[in-house]
Amino acid sequence: MSKTIKLKRGFDIRLKGVAEQKVASVAQPEVFALKPLDFVGIQRPKVTVKEGETVKAGTPILFDKKNEQVLYTAPVSGEVVEIKRGLKRRVEEIKILADKEIQYETFNAYSSSELGKASREQLQEQLLKSGAWPHIIQRPYGVVAKPSDTARDIFISGFDSNPLAADIDFILKDDKKYLQAGIDVISKFTSGKVYLGLNGKKASQLFSDVSGVEKYSFQGPHPAGNVGVQIHNVKPVNKDEVVWTISPYGLVQIGKVFLEGKYDASKVVAVAGSEVKTAQYYKTYSGACIKNFLKDNLLEEHVRCVSGSPLTGSRIEKDGFIGFYDNSVAVIPEGDEYELFGWALPTTNKLSFHKALGLLSFVNPHKEFRLNTNIRGEERAFVQSGVLERVVPMDVLPTYLLKAVMAQDFENMEALGIYEVIEEDLALCEFVDVSKHKVQAILREGLDLLQYS
Amino acid sequence: MKFLREGLDKVKPHFEKGGKLEKYYYPFEAIETFLFAPNHTTPNKGAHIRDAIDLKRLMTTVIVAMIPCLLFGMWNVGYQHFLATGEAATFGEQFLLGAIHVLPIVVVAYAAGLGVEFVFSIVRKHPINEGFLVTGMLIPLIMPVTIPLWQVALATIFAVLIGKEVFGGTGMNILNVALTARAFLYFAYPTDISGEVWTYFGNATPLEGYTGATPLAIAQSTPAGESVVDAIQNASFIKGSAFVDLFMGYLPGSIGETSTLMCLIGAALLILTGVGSWKIILSAFAGAYGMGLLFNALSLNPYMAMPAEYQLVIGGLAFGIVFMATDPVTAAHTELGKWIYGALIGILTVIIRVVNPAYPEGIMLAILLMNVFAPLIDHYVVQANKNRRLRRATV
Repeated sequence: MSKTIKLKRGFDIRLKGVAEQKVASVAQPEVFALKPLDFVGIQRPKVTVKEGETVKAGTPILFDKKNEQVLYTAPVSGEVVEIKRGLKRRVEEIKILADKEIQYETFNAYSSSELGKASREQLQEQLLKSGAWPHIIQRPYGVVAKPSDTARDIFISGFDSNPLAADIDFILKDDKKYLQAGIDVISKFTSGKVYLGLNGKKASQLFSDVSGVEKYSFQGPHPAGNVGVQIHNVKPVNKDEVVWTISPYGLVQIGKVFLEGKYDASKVVAVAGSEVKTAQYYKTYSGACIKNFLKDNLLEEHVRCVSGSPLTGSRIEKDGFIGFYDNSVAVIPEGDEYELFGWALPTTNKLSFHKALGLLSFVNPHKEFRLNTNIRGEERAFVQSGVLERVVPMDVLPTYLLKAVMAQDFENMEALGIYEVIEEDLALCEFVDVSKHKVQAILREGLDLLQYS
Repeated sequence: MKFLREGLDKVKPHFEKGGKLEKYYYPFEAIETFLFAPNHTTPNKGAHIRDAIDLKRLMTTVIVAMIPCLLFGMWNVGYQHFLATGEAATFGEQFLLGAIHVLPIVVVAYAAGLGVEFVFSIVRKHPINEGFLVTGMLIPLIMPVTIPLWQVALATIFAVLIGKEVFGGTGMNILNVALTARAFLYFAYPTDISGEVWTYFGNATPLEGYTGATPLAIAQSTPAGESVVDAIQNASFIKGSAFVDLFMGYLPGSIGETSTLMCLIGAALLILTGVGSWKIILSAFAGAYGMGLLFNALSLNPYMAMPAEYQLVIGGLAFGIVFMATDPVTAAHTELGKWIYGALIGILTVIIRVVNPAYPEGIMLAILLMNVFAPLIDHYVVQANKNRRLRRATV
């Protein structure tokens, strides 16, 4: 029996176009890309392949000069067709034209019983070499974990409460055995426990007989599924402590590296949102180009594609690539239009957490909205108080924390709990903020200040 | 409405960087964003969707909440006038007379304040804040109807300039701007804002024996041994039961603050929409009532013996609590802090009223005082949060 934690604060954003639980069959994308910018905390990315070289799935193509042990590997086999650079020659995408039949680098394959006996060093070496290591994220800071650390505890969130999120139970339904292997491997890296956060609203098939973890179930609105919120409510991160987090998909990847002896980056992704004709799932590989998924599938041409959740994700082009950590793509209308008296007119088509706009929202609580990317207002100083606190189910005062970051007040950032949050945990603050601050960017600025200065 | 958008798009380049009217960008922006919600979109990383609320909507809600007070105030100005002069008048005549004298004050307050805002936005190069929309309506409602218009303008300019802009504009000010205006007049031109100024007589002469004293003044001047309630009941403006008339607001006083009922209607709207903190409103009323009860228990003079519920309906207590104590910028920002802040406002108001003979109206000073102390309250609440984190780490 797992312990239940009830969270009251938060807000579920209901968006139109949740993906239907079926895997569509479309032509596999031809090009895949690894995007160094997906990995928060890479400081000096160094590409180890040249255009025209051929790679296998699992061949190292990138590393960080500041953290040389961690290798980032190709998701598919094929030819490196382009290394796209942006401003200041920053590497943005390493594109690979995929083979029809994927070739894999070979690593040691273990049986389940061998895994139990393997030492941390053995496992770590293979994790680092295969490219599965970057799935392990460290708190504080939300960056790729350092191989030299030992985590106090490891946390896994078994569900995603973000709007339009992929259903983890569905996308990993055939991978139970790898999931368990992943947990077995990862538990060697902590002196504490491995915690698994489950959805209190819906029983999970996937995690029902997982062993070696301490289970907690969480009830409540988004962000109940955020691992940061779960950590805070189970065993918070204090100063000078390091805990690790990993997604269920990351565990499956790790499981495959050890059970199969290959870096198999296949993943099921949801392509959802109000602007796609049929919102559904696609089976592909990490870093897939989304062009084929959107072909003849758009209701509207003027759209924004977001890799990841619309609350936290990154904008990608219509022929862009899905991020390393993302299991979903959201396609929402672009909102670059003026609206006459847009702030004043009564409406039922806009979503608001605030009763000043959504006074009658209780009439139809399950209504799904088609929200666009308009900011809906202008940036102002903080005026309304107490609202950001109502969407963060943690004992953290977001307004004060953000002000401390803006003032570059290191002492107060620490004292107010910056080590316990990363962008996704305050994403709802950015959504509800009346003064339209870029909350997530501000928070990252603070995290960077603490890490690098 | 397309021509309007096209017109704006046509002149916009002149106001943007490099245009010949570059200086006036922010006033232009204020007008543009008033007409059209802007076309800004969310950044490439972060929250791609946003809540439909903005500051304009929030501030407008407060103005809507004040409309009952404004309308009632207009009528009451006329009603008090005809009551004092003994002339018979219809409801329409009463309302019209009030409107004629109240609207100029509203217009002057808005014009003076927005003037300062526009000048500041040009000089300081910051956007015009919506905060003044509320302040501009609050100021007339806490003035006596007989106030000279130049004083309204002067007080508004002082308040916006010294009370707000020097601190950096809306969101940065320490004192409630409207109350700063009133406090300014109170100390700069005391004769025009205290005493027998609450009723408009015009050319007519008041009836024999009429006094324009407010219930607060009556309560304070009640001789020992007599009952305050009786004294108010005998006042010329009370027609029915004293408590009901006070609650309804049929009495002389500042334009918008006489009616507790209208304030409560406003409070209901603020609480339902979540714009005003119910914690502050509730705790402030509770604080005033509790302090009233405490004074009842002491009963050292007639004012102290006045039943505690009368403290809630006389003077501007309800108006101050509902519309000024809840100002999110100057109130406490933490949730626990709001309870403390509200309760202290209620308690202090009653203490100032009853114990300090120099200030018949306590709510103004109580709120200003607590505005100053709100950051201190918050400091301790935030410190408690930090300490919890620290304790957790050291265990």
